[in-house]
Amino acid sequence: MIRIQEADFDVSTEITALRKGDLLVGAVVTFVGTVRDINEGSQIKGMTLEHYPGMTEKALDEIITQAKTRWEIRNTLVIHRVGSLLPEDQIVLVAVTSAHRGEAFAACEFIMDYLKTAAPFWKKEETSEGARWVDARVTDAAAMARWLKS
Amino acid sequence: MKLQLRFFASLRESLGVSQESIDIPETIKTIADLRIYLVERGNSWAEVLAQGKVLRCALNQHMVEASTALQEGAEVAFFPPVTGG
Repeated sequence: MIRIQEADFDVSTEITALRKGDLLVGAVVTFVGTVRDINEGSQIKGMTLEHYPGMTEKALDEIITQAKTRWEIRNTLVIHRVGSLLPEDQIVLVAVTSAHRGEAFAACEFIMDYLKTAAPFWKKEETSEGARWVDARVTDAAAMARWLKS
Repeated sequence: MKLQLRFFASLRESLGVSQESIDIPETIKTIADLRIYLVERGNSWAEVLAQGKVLRCALNQHMVEASTALQEGAEVAFFPPVTGG
């Protein structure tokens, strides 16, 4: 399942719903991304997340389909927030269920690495020196490239 | 050929445009051609879409290479590398 929303989410509630009634699930792996208060040496007062409605859902759907092709996983959930966020806020949740932990760990990391380079979200930070769009990191592209080799 | 253009994030801000309907000459065949065509508008277009700038593009909401052929009625988006997560 994919959800793009302004509202916050509760990880425990989401995990409970994701694995409910599926007795083949033996492992749940989650990743939560949060807003830091410092980036590139600047104090971050807040950020705004923009996305491309329509394409965002298609891109995430494609990422999840690829994960399901590569690993034996039971269910997946991606929640990504948009709009105004403050330091300490949750930004993204990726949750994967599977029979055994190896599959869920790998698929969760894959979905997150892929999301970082292929899902159309953009962050604009409000810093003490003014607002600025966040630049893409080379390390994110490198993290994605690992999956193309293996 | 009629197209729907979309611009996001820093591109949207610099151009002051989030979307636009456009009718392009038949000589414009690919997204790369379209980018050059838009650069010829000058001013912020020339700056934001200049060849050296690292941009991503999408055709009908799928990320594609600049060499991809345009299609009648397509939605074409230009945006900076993504920074979600």
